[in-house]
Amino acid sequence: MYKLWVSTYKELLLLTRDLGGLAVLFIMPLLLVITITVIQDNTFKIIQENKIPILLVDMDKGNVSDQVKESLVASNLFDVIVEKDEGRAQNLVQTGTYQLAVILPQNLSTDLDLKIARNVEGILAKFGVEEEKLPNTPIANKEIRLYFDPASQQSFKSSVRNNIDKMIAQIESESIYKAFQQELGEDGTEPFFETESFISFREIIPNADKQASIPNSTQHNIPAWTLFAIFFIILPLSINMVKEKNQGIFVRLRTQPVSYAIVLGGKALVFLAVALLQFALMLLLGIYLFPLIDLPKLEVAGRLPLLFIVAFFAGLAAVGLGLLLGTIAKSQEQSAPFGATFVVILAAIGGVWVPVFAMPKFMQVISNVSPMNWGLNAFYDVFLRHVGFLEIIPEISLLFLFFIGTSLIAIIYNERKNAV
Amino acid sequence: MITINQLSKKYKEAEQFSVSKLNLEILDAEIFGLLGPNGAGKTTLISMLSGLIKPTSGSFNINGLDYSNNKKELKKHIGIVPQEYALYPDLTAVENLNYFGAMYGLKGSDFTNSVQEHLSVLGLSDFARKKVKSYSGGMKRRVNLIASILHKPKVLFLDEPTVGVDVQSKTVIIDYLKQLNHNGTTIIYTSHHLNEAEHFCTRVGIIDHGELVGVGTPKDLIAKQKDAAHLEDVFLALTGKALRDHV
Repeated sequence: MYKLWVSTYKELLLLTRDLGGLAVLFIMPLLLVITITVIQDNTFKIIQENKIPILLVDMDKGNVSDQVKESLVASNLFDVIVEKDEGRAQNLVQTGTYQLAVILPQNLSTDLDLKIARNVEGILAKFGVEEEKLPNTPIANKEIRLYFDPASQQSFKSSVRNNIDKMIAQIESESIYKAFQQELGEDGTEPFFETESFISFREIIPNADKQASIPNSTQHNIPAWTLFAIFFIILPLSINMVKEKNQGIFVRLRTQPVSYAIVLGGKALVFLAVALLQFALMLLLGIYLFPLIDLPKLEVAGRLPLLFIVAFFAGLAAVGLGLLLGTIAKSQEQSAPFGATFVVILAAIGGVWVPVFAMPKFMQVISNVSPMNWGLNAFYDVFLRHVGFLEIIPEISLLFLFFIGTSLIAIIYNERKNAV
Repeated sequence: MITINQLSKKYKEAEQFSVSKLNLEILDAEIFGLLGPNGAGKTTLISMLSGLIKPTSGSFNINGLDYSNNKKELKKHIGIVPQEYALYPDLTAVENLNYFGAMYGLKGSDFTNSVQEHLSVLGLSDFARKKVKSYSGGMKRRVNLIASILHKPKVLFLDEPTVGVDVQSKTVIIDYLKQLNHNGTTIIYTSHHLNEAEHFCTRVGIIDHGELVGVGTPKDLIAKQKDAAHLEDVFLALTGKALRDHV
């Protein structure tokens, strides 16, 4: 125990002597969380509040194009700029000046009106209502062309497509109602049909806890990116170990009556404390700093003990991985790039960037073996699903087993490599 | 006493044995110098004797204890001064020594006093609270030595303890080692400084291509070798003048 205590103290001294390294350990994760949350929150706001400038090329110049324009403006999503030439609009989008150009084809209004009038006429004829026959010339289907900036993200494209689709469907149904009204001899001064949506939807959080708040970008980002930051301690930890090897310190320690487990134990305790401190700072950031910079406040009321339990086990898993990497790597050139890339891979398959349910099936299976996935699920369970301790036992057990497994492999590898 | 029987070591990638069927006895309280050209097998032999690498064949025992069966016990009784500094550059000399001493299980006021005493004798008291990375090569060598003798080992292995240090530091180190030997510590050391070895060692073994080519007191070896006035003459006569460059 005495040797473990002295080892821990030595690690603490080394850590505090490297102020630059210490700053990187604590400041960079904070910057990461702030940056990601601001960006994601702003993406949300762009769709909700900020208007995206788009081009509209109106070759129709009819009532449908007027309605499309009105709907685009009324949606509050877009700032509509009218452009006359399709080629020029295409070029402006291609070069990234605009994210989107909407091209309304010629005769869209007249052909839509004619098509609907014919359909209505046909329906009414079946009810015995005879009207003046409309010409039977064929009407080609119309196509509204959308030019997207090649750099536009898929999610943005999907969102725009869905909005325009919805808008067109609404215009079509209104035109149908109007056609019926006209065919039935109404003058259209009073509404004949109710055109408002009959079915609407409401978002409800399926939680027994009535006080549960609706998750916001902070509630999603703090756990995900805190976990990412916690796992990044494998870098300084493994570099610390590789340095000791290169300085001949491990050789000296091997000649001393001290086990490798004690040597690793001192490192594990200090870096675990670092992980918990990082986590505490992240929470403080979310609670006190985020509201000051117009970001949603992190809600942790009543969940702090559980959050720290999850952070403790996530920290252990990260430390175990760092100890293993530091034991196996022979140089900083091996440990640093491998460590950084591996953490990014673990984060990716763990669902930090893309939710696991949105991944291909085989990746979802792989995701189950990522410690970051276990940690993230445990954090989401506590942060967003408001579960109790019993519900997070499976995830924290996996994290603990991961720590035991990686530490044991590190010790056995070291023993075998240095067997005398 | 250290008894070495048919000790051999062949590294995985190597074509030849680094140490080949070596037999040697080193008596208690000797200062035994292992001399030889680069790649002769000196460091390999010391590494095997200090438990850092596993022999391919053969055996050895230290003070009657076979190493492979008594690793833990023997670690308490041997000290190794590695060729590298093997110190934490960002810790002070005192912090380094406190840590490495604690790994031997040393603690308390006796240990603290012992650290101060060693630092004082080796002329480092004034710099004890400075970070080791600010030390000169000679100062680091002295801290490196203290870190290996805090537990008062019965046998001390030193791998080129005076390489790259100035004459003053070298003198302090050699005098201190003589003092330790006087108090009963057996010293086994490797060096390329043949003049230093001639005056410092009670006995030397000249090793080449993993084999002992000469063992004895410097005086005897010089006397036996025709036209030899110094140990260096004996060394060149036994190992030749061919360069030992290898990769």
